[in-house]
Amino acid sequence: MSDISARMEPLTPLGTKTPKIDVFGPVTLSEVVDCALASFSARLGQQDAARNVLMRFCGSALPGPGQAVLGTVTVFWTGPEQWMVMAPHDTHEDLAEQLKALAAEAASTTEQNDAWCRFDLKGPNLADVFERLCPINIRASSGGEATRTSIDHLGCFVIVGARDAITVLGPRSAAGSLHHALVTAIRSAI
Amino acid sequence: MTQSNRLDGGLINRDRPINFTFDDIPYQGFKGDTLASALLANNVRLMGRSFKYHRPRGPLTASSEEPNAIVELRDGARKEPNTRATTAELFEGLTAKSQNRWPSLAFDMMAINDRFSSFLAAGFYYKTFMWPAAFWEKLYEPIIRRAAGLGSAALEPDPDSYDKGFLHCDFLITGAGPTGLMAALTAGRAGAQVILADEDSLVGGRLNCETITVNDQAGSDWVRAVQAELADMPNVRIMTRTTVIGAFDHGIYGALERVSDHLPVPANGKPRQILWRIYSKRSLLAAGAIERPIAFEQNDRPGIMLASALRAYANRWAATPAQQIAIFTNNDDGYRSAADLQAKGVSVAAVIDTRPDAQTSAEWEVLAGATIVNTSGRRGLTGIQVKLADGSVRHIKCGAVGVSGGWNPNVHLASHQRGRPEWHAEIAAFGPGQNLPQGMSVAGAAAGHLSTYGALKSGVEGATAVLADLGKAATAPELPQAEDAPVKITPFWHVAGAKRAWLDQQNDVTAKDVKLAHQENFVSVEHLKRYTTLGMATDQGKTSNMGGLAIMSELAGKPIPQVGTTIFRPPYTPTAIGAFAGRSRDADFRPVRKTPSHTWAEEQNAVFVEVGMWLRAQWFPRTGETHWRQSVDREVLQTRKSVGICDVTTLGKIDVQGADAATFLNKIYCNPFAKVPVGKVRYGLMLREDGIAMDDGTAARLAEDHFVVTTTTANAVGVYRHMEFVRQCLFPDLDVQLISTTEAWAQYSVAGPNARALLKKVVDPEHDISNEAFPYMACGEVSVGQVRSRLFRISFSGEMAYEIAVPTRYGDALIRRLVEAGKEFDAVVYGTEALGVMRIEKGHAAGNELNGTTSALNLGMGRMVNKKKDSIGSTLSKRDGMNGPDALKLVGLKPVDPSKPVPAGAHLMTKGSPVDAAHDQGYVTSACYSPNLGHHIALAFLRSGDSRLGEVIRLVSPLTGQDHDVEVVSAHFIDPEGDRLRV
Repeated sequence: MSDISARMEPLTPLGTKTPKIDVFGPVTLSEVVDCALASFSARLGQQDAARNVLMRFCGSALPGPGQAVLGTVTVFWTGPEQWMVMAPHDTHEDLAEQLKALAAEAASTTEQNDAWCRFDLKGPNLADVFERLCPINIRASSGGEATRTSIDHLGCFVIVGARDAITVLGPRSAAGSLHHALVTAIRSAI
Repeated sequence: MTQSNRLDGGLINRDRPINFTFDDIPYQGFKGDTLASALLANNVRLMGRSFKYHRPRGPLTASSEEPNAIVELRDGARKEPNTRATTAELFEGLTAKSQNRWPSLAFDMMAINDRFSSFLAAGFYYKTFMWPAAFWEKLYEPIIRRAAGLGSAALEPDPDSYDKGFLHCDFLITGAGPTGLMAALTAGRAGAQVILADEDSLVGGRLNCETITVNDQAGSDWVRAVQAELADMPNVRIMTRTTVIGAFDHGIYGALERVSDHLPVPANGKPRQILWRIYSKRSLLAAGAIERPIAFEQNDRPGIMLASALRAYANRWAATPAQQIAIFTNNDDGYRSAADLQAKGVSVAAVIDTRPDAQTSAEWEVLAGATIVNTSGRRGLTGIQVKLADGSVRHIKCGAVGVSGGWNPNVHLASHQRGRPEWHAEIAAFGPGQNLPQGMSVAGAAAGHLSTYGALKSGVEGATAVLADLGKAATAPELPQAEDAPVKITPFWHVAGAKRAWLDQQNDVTAKDVKLAHQENFVSVEHLKRYTTLGMATDQGKTSNMGGLAIMSELAGKPIPQVGTTIFRPPYTPTAIGAFAGRSRDADFRPVRKTPSHTWAEEQNAVFVEVGMWLRAQWFPRTGETHWRQSVDREVLQTRKSVGICDVTTLGKIDVQGADAATFLNKIYCNPFAKVPVGKVRYGLMLREDGIAMDDGTAARLAEDHFVVTTTTANAVGVYRHMEFVRQCLFPDLDVQLISTTEAWAQYSVAGPNARALLKKVVDPEHDISNEAFPYMACGEVSVGQVRSRLFRISFSGEMAYEIAVPTRYGDALIRRLVEAGKEFDAVVYGTEALGVMRIEKGHAAGNELNGTTSALNLGMGRMVNKKKDSIGSTLSKRDGMNGPDALKLVGLKPVDPSKPVPAGAHLMTKGSPVDAAHDQGYVTSACYSPNLGHHIALAFLRSGDSRLGEVIRLVSPLTGQDHDVEVVSAHFIDPEGDRLRV
């Protein structure tokens, strides 16, 4: 029974009140919900201004194609003059608006908070897991890569913080299928 | 039968006995055995019946090229037909059965075929089962299928799982024999990322099967030392039980790893097999060579095998098919088998050497210039007849013959991209040609270097060249010492005059069949292959093609290279369909997309339907409702009477921003968008470039430079792709940015006379959503429980309606809140069926109408195509053929007899006209029972339909058996003026 004056309770992408955390031997798979996302696209002819805004916001140089800059605010490249910005939801629920306020006419920003589900994998030998999931060569990565790829038919971003810490962003509505794919690959690989 | 043919030595583990059964008879073998080696050790030579003539057969080889020893492995759901006994690793409890025999392997009734073999020669089917045509499907084919058998399928779902995976390397080495090992050592030490793949469970290739020494060590000991060094290199990945099955574009290879085939059941969570896609910068084919047989009379009896297989069984598996053997050879390599078998205590009755100048030996009798002209022993070889050089015939008692006709470099993978092998006269065999797959080179026996030293050296050289190509410095490892015997061969393909000399033992093709094909003018090798089926079995003719070509060459009177070879195709060895499917099967066939209200809908026992990959609630049955129509009628009636709620999250949402956003939408939609005020929504119709309707939806203007476009659920991806194409390719000079936000927002339709009253209870009071403040087609930002929300006053049902959106994580909370607030109004939640009924009642087009053949004119929206602007499809929508006076127009239909249905797909005929395609007047696209009107209704496309309102026409649906009169009416059955929308 729901009370219409009560607080609106959010659900995780997997449909529960608290994020799901699975431990498989040395590998931990965590559903992450404290994650705000905003797309950031430079407007035509405003590329330099837009880049400056984003650089100031994340406090570092912007990542190039296939790259990510990880930190409290994480930025990864998604296309020519366009990036995705990731920050804690608790403090940046209005991330798109914050960025828009800074960029004004220099960039378009769109809220993507709940467009994605996020799973973080931690543990050794994640390359063994990901080689069963997608064509990304994790063994060749040194950390700081972000790649759009397909995992079990789902368009995902794979962000490599380090070879033992990888984040997967996938379509939120298919969080269950993506989680199943990740669990299956982990169990197969380790 | 206690391993009476087990020899000493070998690479088997005698401390690990393994129990297994073959045709329900229990046997024992050892860890390291294959099914074939264990059966031979148990004095079982007969392992199968041939495909066509049901002739008794035993193994010809000791490897994956095996044509004969084909069995069914395992039981129940894991039953696996057509498996080669020569590669099946023994495990405890293995059950194997022979196939293609009845009632038993030893006594097979179908062997009668063999008596009629003269009628069953090449082309028999084509010549015999020609008449009458109707008999083919009903009579001939079932009989042939039953008689010509392979194994039988499990007929149960495969309980195992299969993974797919992706690997990357600088250097892929296919084959871990002496060549591959030296190449891996060279490249591994140079720091290259190396994958060394071999189909065998052991690395080492032929070195495991020979008594040849390397650096004065046993070959297999040298292999273990190299393997240990490679295993310590983090940049080298050794993949055993992994067959590289295909060479594809850009250095990409397919490889099948048999992770659990050697186990009774895969370990928990582990796959049975993994199909790898290997991305390589360079590759080295070190797949070795395959010995070829010589065709002679009755050369298929169990016990007759390749000479190399004979010594492989003896040396690696410590097994022999018989205690007395003979060798039949045309080259020096055959003598190795005689030596190795004799050293193991097996008696060598004779070496029959086709070369007249063959050297005599003190250890065994050499019959120079002799040939085998016949054999005896129905279910296993008992003796051979040898025609000596002087023309006399000698009978020799033996239980096995090792045949060596020379070695063929294994060029299969080198030819996967139509590369034609080249003739190497010095070894009388085809080797790799010049036209190799990109990045591939060939080394070792696969390149024609048939000595051990030649293979080792070639491996180093091959790797060094690849490393230089990759810009890596290499220090060549010191070459080990090994034999470097030259190839001494005098080509000899078949013994002349034989009646039943088998070339392709898997497909039962004889030398005589090849002659017949030639006689009947099938002279191209490709025709020969198809007419005789030579090389068309699952072994792809690895041991037989060469013999066929040689005979063709004799008949045609031209050298073998001019006869040519047939095409090699992936997969190199048979590969289970399950491996290609991977995890995408059953419930995981494709991903499932769930709506934000999914959990709540499940709690209500909703009936779901797949829409694209979405699971949407179709209807919500309540207690007492026994038929779906009861639920749907209730949902429709209650929505129109009071209020209904529907999850519409699945509709595509695309965020469009930029200074030129409105200009862009003006291009995308055929109707004008430039002047849509901020805070308003407009319906839009998108055309394809050819003027046909693509999709429809709405665009809400949230700011001067910001729209949210909605699409239909089914077309969400296609429309987004189209918009990106238009943005990037057609109008790159416009300032527009696009991104999908479909998943970001949970969106619910709230429709019906009480929609606003319900929403007022839910939307925070600081937001004025009165009709005046928030009129029809308004949009704006509101909040629900202080959660950011978007509100759109749009309607698909024809009722006063809103769509309210919150960030998806609050979707579950919002549906519960809407339902709770709606109790006061007896609100219903409705599914896609009620949604469909209401949109048909309202006359709204949907996917059935936007079916890829209809234009704006057909849809009754011709005037929406703005003449003052250029939009995609507007020009071609003016084509003559699309604008004729009798164009199809969207109309409504109602049955003259209200009890009759109006089924979708029915065709419309003018009354009195013939019912045929020439007189077709149109067709029904969408149909339903309207609970509001109390009868069936439909939307249809009818010629000149807009001017035929009131006409009674004939509806014909042969599929559903309907043929009755319907009246043409307006497509808007409910509220044609739209008054309800605006209150």
